[in-house]
Order: sequence, then C-alpha cells, then structure tokens
Amino acid sequence: MSLHDLEKTFQDKIDKEIKIEPKDWMPEAYRKTNLRQISQHAHSEIVGMLPEGNWITRAPSLKRKAILIAKVQDEAGHGLYLYSAAETLGTSREQMVEDLNSGKAKYSSIFNYPTLTWADMGAVGWLVDGAAILNQVMLCRTSYGPYARAMVRICKEESFHQRQGFETLLVLSKGTKEQKAMCQDAINRWWWPSLMMFGPKDSESTNSDQSIKWKIKRKTNDELRQQFVDMITEQIKLLGMTLPDESIRWNKQRNHYDFGEINWDEFWSVVKGNGPCNKQRLEAKNKDHQEGLWVRKAALAYAEKKRLRVTVKVA
Amino acid sequence: MNIQIRKCYYGDIPEENNSGAGTQSASNESLWPLWEVFIRSKQGLDHKHAGSLHAADAQMAMENARDVYTRRQEGVSLWVVESKNIHASNPDEAEMFFEPSSDKAYRHPTFYDLPDEVKHM
Repeated sequence: MSLHDLEKTFQDKIDKEIKIEPKDWMPEAYRKTNLRQISQHAHSEIVGMLPEGNWITRAPSLKRKAILIAKVQDEAGHGLYLYSAAETLGTSREQMVEDLNSGKAKYSSIFNYPTLTWADMGAVGWLVDGAAILNQVMLCRTSYGPYARAMVRICKEESFHQRQGFETLLVLSKGTKEQKAMCQDAINRWWWPSLMMFGPKDSESTNSDQSIKWKIKRKTNDELRQQFVDMITEQIKLLGMTLPDESIRWNKQRNHYDFGEINWDEFWSVVKGNGPCNKQRLEAKNKDHQEGLWVRKAALAYAEKKRLRVTVKVA
Repeated sequence: MNIQIRKCYYGDIPEENNSGAGTQSASNESLWPLWEVFIRSKQGLDHKHAGSLHAADAQMAMENARDVYTRRQEGVSLWVVESKNIHASNPDEAEMFFEPSSDKAYRHPTFYDLPDEVKHM
C-alpha cells in the first residue's frame, strides 16, 4: 500500500470512530502529536503534586491532611496511567523523565504558580482541577485507544478533587472575616491562570485543525474556556465570592457569559520558563530523581539477589 | 499580511517554546522492567488489561499495581506479567488472521431451517 492509501485508510477509521491502537499504522505526525500531548499531560500530573505537597504538613486538620494525601496520591497515579499510555507509542519512561528533568519537555504552566495559603488548596481543586476536567472529559473520546482508556480512569477519580476543592472554599466562605478574605484572595490569584490553562485563542491560528480532524481533540481552546467561564460564574454565587473580572456579564445573544481579555504576555512568559516557580519545580524534580537513584538501584540488586537464591535452591 | 501562528491546543505546548536549560538527569543503570497489569474487578469476571508499570520484580509489580490501579475497590484479584513475555498478533495481518469465514454459514445456528413446531432449540 502506498503512503497515500495508508493515510486514507487511517482517516477512514478515525471518521468511523474506530480507535487507533498501538501497533496499528499511523501517520508519523499523529504519533508525535499524541506522544507530546500524553507525555506533557503525564508531566503535569507529576509536577502538579508539588504545589499541593507544599500543604500536606500544614493542613489545618487531620481530615484535611488525609484528603490532601489521597488527592496527591491520585495525581501520582494519573501520571503513571499516562506515562504507560505514552510508552505504547514507542518512547521509554526514562526518556520522558529525562526530558522533563532537563527542561526539554513541557508541563501545564499552572503549576508554576505558588500555593501561598491554605485557601489555595481549595482554589486549585475547584478552578485548576475544574478546568482540567473539562479537557479530560473530552479526551475520554480521543481517537488513540490507550490515551482514551487512561482518561476514563482519570475522570472517574478527578471528580473528588474538584468537589473537595469547592467544599474547602465553602467552609472558608462561611468562616471568620480573615478566612473569607483568604478565600477571595485565592480566587483572585488563581482565576486568570486557570483561564490561561486552555491555551491561546482560536483566532490566533490560521493553521488547519489537524488535531480536530484526527479527533485527538474534539473541542477548541475557546469552546472549552467558554464552558469553564459559564460553569464557574454560576458556581461562585454559592460561595458569595466574586471573580476578579469586572467585564463578566451574561450575553443574551450568545447565551454565554462574556469575559475580559487574558494577559497573553504573562501566558507566554510562564510557558517560556519565567513564571514565579518554574525553577523551583524543575529543581525539586531533579533533586528527587537524583536522591532516588540509590533506591532504584537497590531494588534491582535485591530482585537479582532473590532470583539467584531461587536458582540455587532449584539446582 | 497573513500572520501564521502555530496553534497549540490546551495540554499541547509546541516544542519550540522550550525553556531550554536544565540539569542532566541520572544514567540508565537503574531501569526497572515493564509489566502489564490485569485486574479481576469482581468474582465471576475475567481478568482485564488495566495498563502497565515499572517494577524491579514480580512482588514489587504486584504491590505497585495495587497502589496504582486499585485505589478504589477496582479489583479482587491481580495478575502481573512482564511485558516482554507477551506475544501479540500483527495488525497488518489481521484481515487474513481473523478472516471471518463468511463462506462457512453452516457454522451459525440460523443456517438450519427447522419446522416451527420444534421447541426449545
């Protein structure tokens, strides 16, 4: 079969909603796009543990501490599901970890913002996980089988993250004057970075939407962002708090909320490595990786020793 | 003027925006092999493939599989198999390999015309 025929057969499968599996023929660009996207997603889950890990030792109660530990453990699990999906595309775990640690690979910029108060744990769960879920629900139907299956598992677990975040803020919103102020402050700081999570505006591109054609994505950045604004603008009413954007108002014609302009200079600056915590995050990952080396080696040596012991017994 | 800006979707940041510098990571002498994980979700059902993970040996693979894939009562039994021991069919040969034998209609119960009076068949 010629390359053209292979590509046509491939696109036919996509159009018929037949999932692509690891050993199937696929265009090199499809493999690359998926690999980049899945590994970035995995890295985001892993780096996402750092801002939350910051509060495990300082959670205000044993209950909150247990919840936070469970949530961070979930993020680790989600990272592992995704690494395992990415590995089916022919890259190794070591390569991915190395690309993350060297700064070559990307992860979601949102994790380059600091978690300054306890209310940030609520805002991260509600806004950051809330934004992520919209993307992840869409990805449950992505065309690459292993990615879609990983996303289904992740979505089942993610809902708890968002709900606990909202509940954390709800408790603060009914608390003392200081707690209310802390709640509003966290929302103010996390709102705009959360909107940036959806990426650049659709209008900034004249490229053909290959990812949509291949059904890797099924919604554009702006569609997801609008969905998020509509959802949060309603939910925040229950907290009695406000969003730091005075131009948010209901648009009858569009049947959506209008909202203000995102600071795109800040967005690109954080992507390029100049966010408030980019350096700390990479340093922490590298430190962990280096300090864990002896553990990884010892586990291998122990496994080998056990294997030899069995061999000796058999002989 | 038509300005071309490469679109990057949510969760897919193009590579040209690399922040660049970083430290060199550890060497490859600490690699753990890859294992495939199968879970029986409840008694009476088959084990089903759940994903994969890295572990130094079978016992660690089992413990990691419990932590990674069964945090919320997803299973009552686990299998772990080192990935190198799995042999898979080739999708390029799928047509030939899984030929549907549509010419062998006699393999299906509907091939046989029976009088309506025959009950329980």
